[in-house]
Amino acid sequence: MVGPRRTPNTLKAVGLLVALAALVVLGLLSVWLGSKSIPFTATWDVLWNNDGSNDAVIIHEYRVPRTLLGMLVGAALGLAGALMQALTRNPLAEPGLLGVTTGAATGVVISLGFLGISSLLGYVWFAFAGAAIASVVVYVIGSSGRRTASPERLVLAGAAVTAVLFAFNSAVLLMDPEAFDQYRFWQVGSLAGRFYDVLLPVLPFIVVGIVVALLLIRPLNALAMGEDLGRALGAHPDRVRVVGAIAITLLCGAATAAAGPIAFVGLAVPHMARLIAGPDQRWVLPYSLVLAPVLLVGSDIVGRLIAPPSEVQVGIVTAAIGVPVFIALCRKRKLTSL
Amino acid sequence: MSRLYAENLTLAYEQAVVATDLGVEIPDGSFTVIIGPNACGKSTLLKALARMLKPKTGGVHLDGKLISSYRSREVARRLGLLPQTSIAPSGITVGDLVARGRYPHQKLLRQWSSEDEGVVTESMRLTGVLELSGRLVDELSGGQRQRVWLAMVLAQQTSILLLDEPTTFLDIAHQVEVLDLCADLHEDKQHTLVAVLHDLNQACRYGSHLIVMRPGGEIAAQGVPSEIITAELVEDVFGLPCRVIDDPESGTPLIVPNARKKRSEHDGPVAVHEHAAL
Amino acid sequence: MSPVVTGRVLRTRSEAMSVRVAGRSVSVCVGIVVVLLVVMCATLMTGEYQLSVGEVLGAVTGTGEGSADFIVNTLRMPRLLTALFVGAALAASGAILQGLTRNPLGSPDFIGFNNGAATGALLVIIVFGGGMYQIAVGALLGAIITALLIYVLAFSRGVHGFRFVLIGIGLNALALAVNSYLITRASLYDALTAQAWLVGSVNGRGWEHVAAAGLAILVLLPLALYHSRSLAMMELGDDSAKALGVGVQRSRAVLIVVSVLLAAFATAAAGPIVFVALAAPQLARRLTKSASPGLISSALMGGLLLIAGDFAIQRAFPTAQLPVGTATGCIGGLYLIWLLASEWRGKARYS
Repeated sequence: MVGPRRTPNTLKAVGLLVALAALVVLGLLSVWLGSKSIPFTATWDVLWNNDGSNDAVIIHEYRVPRTLLGMLVGAALGLAGALMQALTRNPLAEPGLLGVTTGAATGVVISLGFLGISSLLGYVWFAFAGAAIASVVVYVIGSSGRRTASPERLVLAGAAVTAVLFAFNSAVLLMDPEAFDQYRFWQVGSLAGRFYDVLLPVLPFIVVGIVVALLLIRPLNALAMGEDLGRALGAHPDRVRVVGAIAITLLCGAATAAAGPIAFVGLAVPHMARLIAGPDQRWVLPYSLVLAPVLLVGSDIVGRLIAPPSEVQVGIVTAAIGVPVFIALCRKRKLTSL
Repeated sequence: MSRLYAENLTLAYEQAVVATDLGVEIPDGSFTVIIGPNACGKSTLLKALARMLKPKTGGVHLDGKLISSYRSREVARRLGLLPQTSIAPSGITVGDLVARGRYPHQKLLRQWSSEDEGVVTESMRLTGVLELSGRLVDELSGGQRQRVWLAMVLAQQTSILLLDEPTTFLDIAHQVEVLDLCADLHEDKQHTLVAVLHDLNQACRYGSHLIVMRPGGEIAAQGVPSEIITAELVEDVFGLPCRVIDDPESGTPLIVPNARKKRSEHDGPVAVHEHAAL
Repeated sequence: MSPVVTGRVLRTRSEAMSVRVAGRSVSVCVGIVVVLLVVMCATLMTGEYQLSVGEVLGAVTGTGEGSADFIVNTLRMPRLLTALFVGAALAASGAILQGLTRNPLGSPDFIGFNNGAATGALLVIIVFGGGMYQIAVGALLGAIITALLIYVLAFSRGVHGFRFVLIGIGLNALALAVNSYLITRASLYDALTAQAWLVGSVNGRGWEHVAAAGLAILVLLPLALYHSRSLAMMELGDDSAKALGVGVQRSRAVLIVVSVLLAAFATAAAGPIVFVALAAPQLARRLTKSASPGLISSALMGGLLLIAGDFAIQRAFPTAQLPVGTATGCIGGLYLIWLLASEWRGKARYS
């Protein structure tokens, strides 16, 4: 009576496969389409046979890493969002609330404003360090010495730390126009100009994060029924929360360091996943893992094609495409709370 | 006509129709109990009687007028409802929660008269929670909490009380405690009570008037328990073969399900309804 | 007989009037008002030109001499009052929405109004090159259009609180994307102006801003207060509230509209000052030790946050003209962190 219609498991599995197929197709499109037009057959040949030609360089050095990065960043953000909402049991939570996104921004602001580092590669590490430090601080305040951090306190602590860092960032940027000039392009969130030099350093963090997140599915399902029942079912709420927070930091921190803040994905994709597959974490997490890169890679393609010769950053296109879908889903299906 | 009755009700949530062409009458001063298998529309009917759900067709009449023609506050002064889903705000004391029941009688500048205070104190005394008035609701046991909610509804000072499954989540002793309290209200205060209950035997023992619903939102029977409860009716409505004997304590009907062996000899497969609690 | 309810009861002899007040809330409110007055005095007296108490009083009562009159009535007072009213409006807006959604994240910061207002303002700054007055109008229009859009999109057999918030968050993300896009396309100078506006500032605000924010408070806050009793009843769940005679749908609609308008006017006057709407109600709730955020205490706390922030930022960086949003973020954030930490030490039971 309450809650969404139940979708049979086989249908859910088929849906997941369809999404996966869409991701593969979008990946190929992303490698094929770009400012220099290369015929599809040539793209296909060169993709499997790197002959060192101009086209091969474009495809292997630029488009393939960009596409892979888009998939990785998307997967990381979607999964981190689903994890965050499950852990805090707050459907409005997004991974940025743990202070990760603002922490990464602070890392970038420090490297731009005080250290004069202005290359993308230079501030990837600062962003990652900022994200990690901020989320640890949030977790420590949220638990303030107790054994465990209650979801509501964690969220408030995250908001507080975010506010302080945001204030710091704004003050620094407003007093240093040159740094601001660079920062404003980072803050949109973009995959442009990111190649293997960005992809390879963040790859291990994201892979570890994904594995850890997927290992948490069963305990998360148990905890969704409430802490006491979860404990009775053999889950350890404290341990799940700490491990979950680590996974979120790894995933979201690495993704933000690589591509800048792309806020909407982490919040909306888990909702889309729940609207399609119901509240079971065994489906929500995998769906988030696949749907988020579909959204991100698809948006990146659109952003490249929509206004040649320049391109619209993926962070903007993601919102422009994702929001209408999100709203339509909200209107159509009955809402599931957590 | 009695104070509260309904005619030709069609009840539906959005598109899903729960019941059609329902007619019920709640005898004044009765302890009416609505029973029926799960999902037969008992709570829905109760909600419609309390104006919480607008019927698609038909109408509920209260004191001679359509209930939908009253202002919400006016309804709340004549008829109290204890819903299944009540949330106690965290950190609220028992006294403050019961005091919320005075809302329909208060005004912006008359928020806490000595009359309010007297009624709230009396309601808590009646339900035996007066000593708990300073305690936090979060700290109470399930039975205590249910009595606090009852006190809140009593503080509304309505002579008609609707209770949606007031005994759910309580152990047997607390169930009896709450029902005894309801019986006291019915006998001593002449209140009209309407309760949705799951337990047939409790319904027969405490109810002075039963409304039996069958799946699909139809009324199978209504009347005095000893007159309408038969083995045929229980099997018809719940799909459960049983014997009806006299309750040795109260003389009211007592439903005893047939032993398993006997049931399997019964002709045809037996539809045992999920959680059809007896 | 010992009282059965908490708080103190005040009644007139004939009982024509009777109210219940929570002692702790009253003392907290009085305390905030005292601090407010001290900070206001300090703001009016200090700065590039120091004024005495007498000079300030003279200027306020209209008998001051030329320079003091100019400094107080043209420079300092409008800015101070704008900050006060904007802070109070944002905090009240946050308190209402947090109460309705029963979620500390249900604040206007997260629902689209702020970014919608910002989109309107950025369009004025970057595309039309308008001044402060036009920016305020643009922001107001942006906020109201966003709110209408949310309402229209969320409406389906009555307003479902949670769907309203979710759709708001969706539109918020869209507006944010548009804003970022506008900032990357603008000249550096325009982008800096836009960024300063985005942080939220009361620099150079005049009496028209005071009027806008003040009027909003004057009209909307009493309306909100009137409906706040229904808000308290809705804490018991919609069913219980309805059963007790609360017009749940109507009260909810009124409260949402009031909350939106408060946030919209505040944002139009000062930009989307983050965190006040979220933090002030939470701070007030923790100080008054009540279960849900009170409107008056929240509004006072919001006003205090903003004028204290503006005072600090003016005195700490007199030349940089930093926007007040940087200070409220810092002060409010650190204070909330401190409260969260001290709650643990005090073993308070408010989660």
